[in-house]
Order: sequence, then C-alpha cells, then structure tokens
Amino acid sequence: MLKIKKKYGYFGNDKIIFLKKGMDIKIKGTADKTFFNDIHVENFAVQPGNFRGVVPIPGMDINVGDHVKAGDILFHDKKKPELKFASPVSGVIKSIDRGARRSIKEVVVTADKTIEYKKLDSPNLDQCSREEIVDFLLDNGVWPLIRQRPYDIIAEKSIVPVNIFISTFDSAPLAPDLDFVIAGKEDAFQKGLDVLQKLTSGKVYLGLNGNRETAPSDAFKNAKGVVKTYFQGPHPSGNVGVQMHHVAPIKGSNKVWILGVQEVITFGNLFLKNIYDAERVIAVTGEGVIGTKYLKTYLGAEISGMIKSCVKDEKCRVISGNVLSGEGKEYGEFMNAFDYQVSVITVGDYYEPFGWIVSHKSRPTDSLTFVSRWLTPNKVYNVDTNTHGQERAFVASGIYEEVLPMDIYPVHLMKSILANDIEKMEGLGINELAEEDVALCEFICPSKQEFQAILREGHQMMIEQGY
Amino acid sequence: MKKILKYFKKSKPDKTKSPFLFSVWESFFTFFFVPDEVTSGTGTHIKDKMDLKRLMTFVVLGLVPAYIFGTYNIGQQHFRALGQYLSFFDAWNLKLGYGLIKVLPLYVVTMVVGLGWEFYFSSKKGKGIEEGFLVTGALIPLIMPPDIPLWILAVAVTFAVVIGKEVFGGTGMNIWNVALLARVFVFFAYPLTISGDDVWISGFSKIAAGAHPEYGWWETGFFNTIFGWFGWTQFDPSFAIVDGFSGATPLSIAKTGGWDAVIHTFSVKDLLWGNFPGSIGETSKPLILIGSFFILLTGIADWRIPLGALLGIFLTGFIFNIWGATPLMTIPWYYQLHVGGALIAILFMATDPVTASSTFKGKWIYGFLIGIIGMLIRVINPAYPEGWMLAILFMNSFAPLIDHVIISNHIKKRVKSE
Repeated sequence: MLKIKKKYGYFGNDKIIFLKKGMDIKIKGTADKTFFNDIHVENFAVQPGNFRGVVPIPGMDINVGDHVKAGDILFHDKKKPELKFASPVSGVIKSIDRGARRSIKEVVVTADKTIEYKKLDSPNLDQCSREEIVDFLLDNGVWPLIRQRPYDIIAEKSIVPVNIFISTFDSAPLAPDLDFVIAGKEDAFQKGLDVLQKLTSGKVYLGLNGNRETAPSDAFKNAKGVVKTYFQGPHPSGNVGVQMHHVAPIKGSNKVWILGVQEVITFGNLFLKNIYDAERVIAVTGEGVIGTKYLKTYLGAEISGMIKSCVKDEKCRVISGNVLSGEGKEYGEFMNAFDYQVSVITVGDYYEPFGWIVSHKSRPTDSLTFVSRWLTPNKVYNVDTNTHGQERAFVASGIYEEVLPMDIYPVHLMKSILANDIEKMEGLGINELAEEDVALCEFICPSKQEFQAILREGHQMMIEQGY
Repeated sequence: MKKILKYFKKSKPDKTKSPFLFSVWESFFTFFFVPDEVTSGTGTHIKDKMDLKRLMTFVVLGLVPAYIFGTYNIGQQHFRALGQYLSFFDAWNLKLGYGLIKVLPLYVVTMVVGLGWEFYFSSKKGKGIEEGFLVTGALIPLIMPPDIPLWILAVAVTFAVVIGKEVFGGTGMNIWNVALLARVFVFFAYPLTISGDDVWISGFSKIAAGAHPEYGWWETGFFNTIFGWFGWTQFDPSFAIVDGFSGATPLSIAKTGGWDAVIHTFSVKDLLWGNFPGSIGETSKPLILIGSFFILLTGIADWRIPLGALLGIFLTGFIFNIWGATPLMTIPWYYQLHVGGALIAILFMATDPVTASSTFKGKWIYGFLIGIIGMLIRVINPAYPEGWMLAILFMNSFAPLIDHVIISNHIKKRVKSE
C-alpha cells in the first residue's frame, strides 16, 4: 500500500507528476505482445452513436451495394453538414442498420481483400493555414476523430481549443501497451503531432508513462514540439482527464481537444501518405478468450470476426474497451471508434451462499475487509460480471476520493446531478470529468451505484442547458 | 446449499399480492445467497466484492467484544452490589448467565421491532431491505441500561426507525444517528429509566442496603438447574445489597466528590477494563478498542473522526483541569476516556458515515467539535454528567452545514480560478 516515488533516468528534464490515489485492478488475460496472423475481420462499421453530438439520423451519402474506397464519405450530420464520416476500409456497403426510433445504428462495409485508398489532396503542412487544415479534415471525414472536452463531444468547427491533450499510455485493466501499438508508426505519430500543433492556440500536451523501469517508446519520449509530462501512479493515471487536471485544468468555458495515439497516427498518415489510414491495433484481452494477442485491423471491426475462433464455452460478455468503462457488445456488433481493446469476461450469473461474509470466489477488491487485500496485494484475479451485492443508497464516504486522483468530491457531484443542480454540478467540476474517470468509484462502490450512468446524465443535462 | 436455493426459489411470494412477505423473503434470501445479478453493460462490467451487507456486518463484528464484556459486566455489577464474588472471574457462570438473561431480551426486542418496521417500509417502497438496521440494532442495546423495560425499548426503537430514519427516506438519508435517537427518546420521555444511580445495577427495584435481588424463573429455575448438574455455584435469592453500596457510576461520583472520590471507589484498572456500572456496552475500553480495529483498519470508519474527537476531549479536559472550578473538572484529562461512554461513542457512533460529515476536512472539524461539546455537556451541564449522546446528535445536525461550507469553498476556488 505504501507507494514509493521512483525517479527514473529517462524522465530527463520533463516534468513528473506522482499520483498517489487510484487503484490498479489486476486481472487475468493480458494480451501477449505478438500479432494474430490468422484472423481477418471481414466487416467494419462506422457507428454514429460513437460520436457524441451527431444527430441520430445522419444523411446517407451512399447506398447499400455501393463500392467505396477507404476515405470515401459514408454519411454526414444533417444539422451540421460539414461533419462528414469517412469509411475506414474499401469495400461494398453491406447494410445500413437502424436502432431505436429509426436512428442509424451503423453503416457496415464488407472489406476488400486489399484495401484501396482514396488519394487525398493533402495541403502542405509547412505553408497552409489553420483554416485549410480544418477544411481538409472536415471534407475528408476524419474530423470526428477529434473529441472535445468537456463532455467528450465531437470537436466544434468554430472552436480554437486552448490545448490539445494526448495520453500515451492506458492504465486500465488489461489495457493495450501503446508502446507496442506504435511500433513502426513513429513517423506518422510525429507528423500527427505537427498537424495538431497547427490546430490549437495553446500547446499540445503529451502524458507519458512514468511507471515502468524502461523508458516509453522513442516516439513518445522524443516527440517534438509538444509539452511532455510523466505520470507515475496507479490507474487512472493514464486517463487523459486526470492528466489534464494536473497539467492544465479546463477552466471556465474553455474547450480542449483530446485524441488517442492511434488517431494521431491516422492524422499523420493523412499528410505523410496522403491517405485515410484507419488501421487500428486492437488488443484482444480477457480470460474469456483463448489466446490473447494483438490484432491489426481497422476502425470499427466486427467483434465476431475478431474473436469467434477463440471463445471458451462458458457464457461470456464481450466488451469494446476495458472492463471498467467499455461498452458491452453482442458478437455481431462492432468495436467502438475510440477503443483499442476488446475484453472478454465470463458472465457471473451465479448465487453465492453467504457471499457477503464468506468468499467462495476470489475477486478483485479495494476493501481492506478482505484478507487477500492484506496478504496478496499483487494477486492477479479472475473476474466475472456478478455485481456482488445489490444496489443501495449512498452510505460509505471517503472511499471514493481515494481512487480519484483529482480535486473533486465525487459523491457530492453525483448527488448534485441526481438533484439536477446545474450550478453546483459545474462548481463541483463536472466539466473536468469523463465517465472513465469515475469508473473506479463505480467499481468500488459498496452501494453498487452507477457513477458513470449518473455522470452521463449530468453531461447530457449540461449540454442541453447550453453550457 | 443447492436444496436451500431450490427451496427459496420455490417459496418466493408474489411481490404484488403480498409485498410484506416478499420483502421478508427477499431479505432472507439475499442473506443466504448473494444474488445472481450481473452488471448492466453500460457501466463497469466488474464490481468490487465489497457490498453494504459486508460493510454493516463488519461494524457488528466490531461490536461483539463490547457485547461479550457488557453481558458479563451486568452480572459482575449485580454481584458487586450484593458483595459477592467480587473478583472478576469468580462465579463466572452466574455472571454470564445473569447477563444473558438481561441482554438477550433487549437484543431480540430491538431486532424484532426494528426489522419489523424495516420490512414494512421496504415493502411499501417496493425495494430490497436495507442493511442499516443491523448496525443500529446492535448498537441500541449496548447504550441502554440493563433494566430498561422492554416496552419502552420497543417504543424507542419505533421512534428511532420511523421518525428518525424512514421519514427521511431510509438508510443513507437520515440526519441523526438512529441508535442515539432511540436513546435520546428514552432519555427525554422516560428519564427515570435511564438516569440516576438506581438504573445501572441490574436486578433491584431500588438500590438500598438489605434489598434482595429479584430473581425469576430463568435464574432460579432454568439456570440453577443447569448449574446444579455441573455442581457450579447457583443463584441465591437470599443475598442482599451490602451496606454503603450506592450503584453510582464513576461520573456521578466525580460530580459530587471529584476524581479522588472516583478512585476511592474504583481502581484505575477497573475503570480501564470496565468493571463499573454504566450502559451495557460502554465500559470496557480495551474491548471496544479491539472491536474498533475491525472498522478502523478496514477503512469502514474514518479514523479522522475519532482522532479529531480525542483531540477535542483531551484539550477540553486539560483546560478543565487548569480551571478546576467543579469536582468534575478534577478528572485528569488523560482519564477522561476511562469514565463514561466516550470511547464507544466516538468510535462507533460518531463514525456513522451517513450522519457524519462527508468531507475529509469536515471530518476533522466534526470529530473535534464532538470532543469539545461532549466534554462541555459532561462537565458543565448541571443535571447529568455525560454528554456524548447529545454532542453527537448535535453535531449530526451540523454535519451538513460543515460540508456545505467546505463544498462552497471548493466551488468558489474552482470558479475563482477560472
């Protein structure tokens, strides 16, 4: 429990921030650092629902049966027609699936054997203006890859972000190692950073992993033109929101943009290779699959294509993202646009006799009422989806703050959201929080309250009120 | 276990037709089996093994040492009044048996009445029963005098659960500590049963020299028969209270005679270990401390509150020592915990997360003020030489205000920096 600050040589002159609070959940099923070479995903989808702020029924630019190249526009937002969405692969439009209330759930493309890229007319980075880049990104349908905080919405065209943040490591359970993901794509990453520098009036900030004895990938460590900060501490130290809070918090009506590492690479390739390269390296993780490795595929891959050959017999839950903040998916559904990881865990629909006092199955916990927490703090656990108890009113206090390394009172914020108190929500820092940041609070909550759902509701309320 | 599971599933009552039965069934079912519920798929997919049942159970476990000692101490004080078996472990069977006769009915009545109300309200709300009463129900007997009439206890529990908790929306929503509300109800409605020198020694209608203990069937019939089989000592109704015995608690002795009078009657060792009359669970400091490890080391209770309270107690006690105006002020500050119920109050009642302040800074302030106010009431209040119940209830009322100030400052800081 005693956390010792370690200063590694590779920090150099860059700032290091030690985070004491938080919790690493150690579970089985980390991906080996090799690639699957026998898995080829056939279908890919762009899901409007992945991008917050898009109308539920966007206007279609293609029809079922059309052949598209990677980079061709699939659909656009009807209210903001400049928002366009490109196809991640080349192939034939398989279907346009509808969800609740006739909203467009996904546009599915069956990929060609070899991907054919649309040649882009990329401007010269050294000479062009910010407006040219913005128009170029919008026209070619890659703009939606930029997310805007607060509220994780699609970046607004009219906004010049005060800063841009990129976290170069993920501290969530079973998270992919981005050092491995970026291997061979260092140039594209740097090029992407160059693009981003043109988009902000402030700086581009990079959050680096300071937890390991070995230095992070050179692409991160030696990135140019950006402000680098190392973070040492347990999850959620890799969350971009937490990093932002310590480096340059969102203030007032300021907006910042965030991108993931692979989105930056995509941006880089727009200018390096003049193509929309939506390749994604996805970590297939979790004890529910046999063989956990990395997979080279494209944005929005079909889940059944990624794991159908290796699921165990037991009932499983497949998650796009990590087990804390990912989204549960059916086999026939698709990876969410910003996830680099698919997690498969077993479904825990079992009864546990006197489970509240006698543990039959050893499961991860933050509570010191469990002997395992004292004796085997480094144990790697099996997990399942059992809730281990029923929902109750908030009772415990002081425990949530211990897993949220931010100057925020999570329970007070949740209660202000439940009370629809907009002013208080804002004062308590709702603008600084993303759902993933409170996921640990939700995990440890003995009252089994759904922090992320409540926060989502709060964000929705703030957006509707025009904040 | 599979058979029990099957039995439970078979005997499930209809929720709409008989909601009361359903909520009773559900609470027993979830007591036997953690249900097969799985995460929704839109939040975290895995959840911590910890739940509210376990949390509450640990508090109850923490109270077990106090229960064991308190039960025994009822017998010990009873025989001390009679001048018999003065050594602590003499005639242990009599003392334990006598204590059980007194404690078990208190516990059973508290649980039946309290849980009855809980079942009723949970069936009205259509929600599962909340575990909060497990702790409340364990605390209530501990802070009562041993001879409290059972009907008064039942009324007090009803008041505490219905007016003190359920009208606010149930566990997690109440403002005042429910167990202390039960006590304060008795304190104001039936003061003669919970104050004075006659109520802390069990088994006598009046503490006077020559009075005989009032034994019933349990003592002379049930236990004497069993003890007879083993050849152990038996209850003897012919014993009488010895001359000069008063039944006063250390604090009420201190009120008139000061600290010197206290240690004239009780040794410091007795005071520490709890061999003196008082509320059932409040007397033994080492056992309360051992129990508190269950909730302090596991992080269920926040250590900031008792530590803040200790600081407040010692500081106020120290100032009173210097002042020295009344006999009560002469109790040395480092012995303030030895007398009365300060320890169980600050460890088990002030730390109730629902009614305490919920911010870290607020917990320090809240605990510290409980220490000071409790001491003020204990020492200055002319009527009654103890103050933790009122101090904690008082600070319960102010905990939201403390939090409000801290949260407002936090908000201001955020808005200002913008």
